[in-house]
Amino acid sequence: MTSTPAAGAPRTAVLDKDGLAALVAALVADGRTVVGPTVRDGAIVLAPIDSAEQLPYGWGVELEAGHYRLSHREDGAAFAHSAGPQSWKNFLHPQREKLWSADRAKDGELTVRAEPPEAVSYAFLGVRPCDLRAIAIQDRVLTGGHFRDTGYGERRRGAFLVAVECTAPGATCFCVSMGGGPGTDSGFDLALTEVIDGAGHRFLVRSGSEAGTALLDQLPCTAADRETRQAARTVVADAADAMGRAMPPVDLQRLMGGSLEAERWDDVAARCLTCGNCTMVCPTCFCTTTEEVTDLTGDHAERWQRWDSCFDLDFSHLHGGPVRSSGRSRYRQWLTHKLGTWHDQFDSSGCVGCGRCIVWCPVGIDITEEVTALKAEADTKGHAQHGTHEKEAER
Amino acid sequence: MTTSPTTPTTPADPAAPGRPTLAVFKLASCDGCQLTLLDCEDELLALSGEVEIAHFLEATSAVRPGPYDLTLVEGSVTTPADAERIRQIRAASRHLVTIGACATAGGIQALRNFADVEEFTRAVYARPDYIDTLATSTPVSAHVDVDFELRGCPVDRRQLLEVVTAFLAGRKPDISDHSVCFECKRRGTVCVTVAHGTPCLGPVTHAGCGALCPAYGRGCYGCFGPAGRPGPSGGSLSVNLPALIPVLHRDGMDDRDVERLLRTFNSAAFHAESEEDS
Repeated sequence: MTSTPAAGAPRTAVLDKDGLAALVAALVADGRTVVGPTVRDGAIVLAPIDSAEQLPYGWGVELEAGHYRLSHREDGAAFAHSAGPQSWKNFLHPQREKLWSADRAKDGELTVRAEPPEAVSYAFLGVRPCDLRAIAIQDRVLTGGHFRDTGYGERRRGAFLVAVECTAPGATCFCVSMGGGPGTDSGFDLALTEVIDGAGHRFLVRSGSEAGTALLDQLPCTAADRETRQAARTVVADAADAMGRAMPPVDLQRLMGGSLEAERWDDVAARCLTCGNCTMVCPTCFCTTTEEVTDLTGDHAERWQRWDSCFDLDFSHLHGGPVRSSGRSRYRQWLTHKLGTWHDQFDSSGCVGCGRCIVWCPVGIDITEEVTALKAEADTKGHAQHGTHEKEAER
Repeated sequence: MTTSPTTPTTPADPAAPGRPTLAVFKLASCDGCQLTLLDCEDELLALSGEVEIAHFLEATSAVRPGPYDLTLVEGSVTTPADAERIRQIRAASRHLVTIGACATAGGIQALRNFADVEEFTRAVYARPDYIDTLATSTPVSAHVDVDFELRGCPVDRRQLLEVVTAFLAGRKPDISDHSVCFECKRRGTVCVTVAHGTPCLGPVTHAGCGALCPAYGRGCYGCFGPAGRPGPSGGSLSVNLPALIPVLHRDGMDDRDVERLLRTFNSAAFHAESEEDS
């Protein structure tokens, strides 16, 4: 729906907490599976919710490399937290999906049946601007080329996106330095900005599609007053200044391409567990593998697609063994693809600066720190190499 | 001596009459892994329809002599007699699959590998001279070629069925070598280390259990052994155990706690990882 241009006039209004509850109720009444942030197992996870009561009112998060803790918030905010352990790809690009099944009859005849994608109509509540960009990247990767993931395409087309602008970036957030930011102007059906001040707890809401406007028209809202608009602008501007981290301002594609033999890879490989967590929490990592399974009789077979990771040895298994057997080569593959060759392949970076790979790495490997070190090494070597060339020229 | 996963050959000659034969043997072990086969209650009838169970003492005392098309072996080699017996079992088996931590890594009884086994026998037995045991507990693959190793203490029921099914179909078993973290992320479990500060061996442990313990808020204790597969020098290509130790310390474990965590059912395999990287 977000892909269709808004035909109805976009609207801006203000919802209070009851209005937000009405929004969730309207989406549920529309037959949608509403997925939003909710507290479970000591984290703010994304899960199906039935009502706005399940939103994490009064919860924030403390983030650091390899560290995530819930914290109480006095202001009772629902969306004052940054990226959690999952992203929307868990729903749009599920970890396991059946592609087809085949049966062999007694006479040996084979019948192959494509598995239709599960008919589910999602509404995502609380999509951060970094995650909107991540979804746009996965759109290009999974549906933009010759080989389209039809299941992803179906789920994506049917999904209603309620973005929520970021007002409380974490210590591991760096979206601004990746060309994004805590605010957003497009790619959503509705966008909320949470405002809590003397005038109350409310949400500035903007529609970004016809469907968004139509839904907003049903909700009990008030006109967007100047104070709320101004307050919303201020909290988002403050958030942009509160990024906990920054990617060094360099041409990352070029840095990656020139760093293939960097010594830093040995340094990070000594710390990397090759556990694969960074790829699975990354909102843009899309790799899958397929496996055929048979039942005991051998007369029924199924092909399943499931998440894969460049940190899995099998990922690069050719005849005889894995091409990338060392941790060094696997981490290098991940980082140089994410920040470098992704540009060649999909015309953008693969990183949106959400910081999940930093938080959910058990040993806290920090992508911004690694790039900083690679840049320092490249600068040093650049000088050294320059000197060598001069000497060679002298000879 | 482990060979790579079996090449696709059909266990039974299609021209030969009858179903492929299945045998189950045990060495030094608790029987839990072969019990897992009996635990496949919903699939047992189908299984017995596809294979002829020729030797499985835990299920039936009726046994038939080999050769067998597919042999499952649980348990480690701890006695001279078992070292000889596993050679006979191998000779009688077209495909030999080892199941469980004892058969694939030496089991809990491999703790003897780090101690003086004679001292143990003197302390435990009234007549230690009755005991005829080896100084070490070793995996089956240290003695004979093995077609596939299935990890776990005990093995996972679904994985066991997958391996048997794959060998019947003459295909490679769909068993991943990656870490438990893959399974936690796939099932949506919040990381117990990152979010709770709970010590967990998941990042270095072989997947297969479906990330059972973290799903209940517990740290993984490594019962499937090191992730990955052995490289040319013996240690796993996919485990960086020394990098995890500081995290275990950060989360409250001292050196003794870490040693105890690593010295359980796969102690010898985890020990090889510490040696490998130190």
